Amino acid sequence: MTTIHLEETPHLTYVLRLADTALVNAHRLSEWCGHAPMLEEDLALVNIALDLLGQARLLYEHAAGLEGKGRTEDDLAYLRDAPQFKNLLIAELPRGDFAFTIVRQTLLSAFFHPFWQQAVGSTDRTLAGIAGKAEKEVAYHLRHAGAWLVRLGDGTEESRRRTVEALETLWPYTGELFEVDTVGEAMIEAGIAPDPATIRPVFEESVDRLLGEAGLERPVAGWMQTGGLRGVHTEHLGHMLAVMQHLQRAYPGAVW
Amino acid sequence: MTTVALDRLERAIEAVSAVPDPEIPVVSIADLGMVRAVRLAVDGVVEVDLTPTYSGCPATRLIGEEVAAAVEAAGCGKPRVRFLLGPAWTTDWITPEGRKALERYGIAPPRPRGAPAEPVRCPHCGSEDTEEISAFGSTPCKALWRCRSCREPFDRFKCL
Repeated sequence: MTTIHLEETPHLTYVLRLADTALVNAHRLSEWCGHAPMLEEDLALVNIALDLLGQARLLYEHAAGLEGKGRTEDDLAYLRDAPQFKNLLIAELPRGDFAFTIVRQTLLSAFFHPFWQQAVGSTDRTLAGIAGKAEKEVAYHLRHAGAWLVRLGDGTEESRRRTVEALETLWPYTGELFEVDTVGEAMIEAGIAPDPATIRPVFEESVDRLLGEAGLERPVAGWMQTGGLRGVHTEHLGHMLAVMQHLQRAYPGAVW
Repeated sequence: MTTVALDRLERAIEAVSAVPDPEIPVVSIADLGMVRAVRLAVDGVVEVDLTPTYSGCPATRLIGEEVAAAVEAAGCGKPRVRFLLGPAWTTDWITPEGRKALERYGIAPPRPRGAPAEPVRCPHCGSEDTEEISAFGSTPCKALWRCRSCREPFDRFKCL
């Protein structure tokens, strides 16, 4: 089915970035369904995925409203190609092992918890409403992922090795969390978006506290990956979308 | 408002309040604090404002459909059902009756937000010697707990 093309304003682009990050992160977590190390964790990971999917749906609905062309959340999720997705790169990396998933979820939650807390004051009242729900949900995600990070880092030699490896791989993707381009500047200026610079100290404080408890160290900040916000992705996103979008592309409008 | 209109609004409120939660049918959506307003609009249509619990709760859409069906079945016409995101739902809106119904059903109710952490009582035997197994459970609103006295697992409503 034909790919749709949106006429993006900075506001629409900004909301799409948030929606895409939530959706892609939710999809990666949902891949654990039936594969987690234990039943309770299987439930926990898909519950977190479900929260994020709910946030993505609300954000896509908001984006569709901003565009005003009568499109639906499904159009935005299923009918755009990889270069049109604006998610953070950290969200699209393959799920890896359990340690990788836990480190990624800790980093993302440590960022999005203060992010949504601040977004409650957004001049975009719909975004503020979504933020009011999301900040409570992400507080749970952070507590859960953080507790596992401590257990894995402070666990066996093997769990520690895998956690350190995941941390080293993922850290270069954290720069993007704080990236501000012209879209971001306009949104901060309009009071729609929180300024990531004010979120960084909260993020670093909670990451350092958890790493400290886990007996791990924050990797040295070096070269940082970038591109997701502009639609320049790793090769992994296209494969993920092929799986996620296959049904709607092959059978347009299918419902069941 | 005329007596007829008032009567119709009362019936609509009653019908909406009685809709059970699809996942936990012993509590109504009014007990859960999901019903924010029921009113008669100027065009005579019943308007219902609901608040979703969790962003991704799969029951949300079903609840909207059931509320619409209940209002129609009460002879109040087809209503307009809206979901309001703000203010965000909190477990503090669960009524005292709702809390009791949850406990009788085997789900430990949430404690009020900001209240000091106190032991969670086992809904089966009443013991306070309990522990959390997982912060996530069978639905988005519940966590998984276990009683160390009677050894039974139980659900606990998350505090949100």
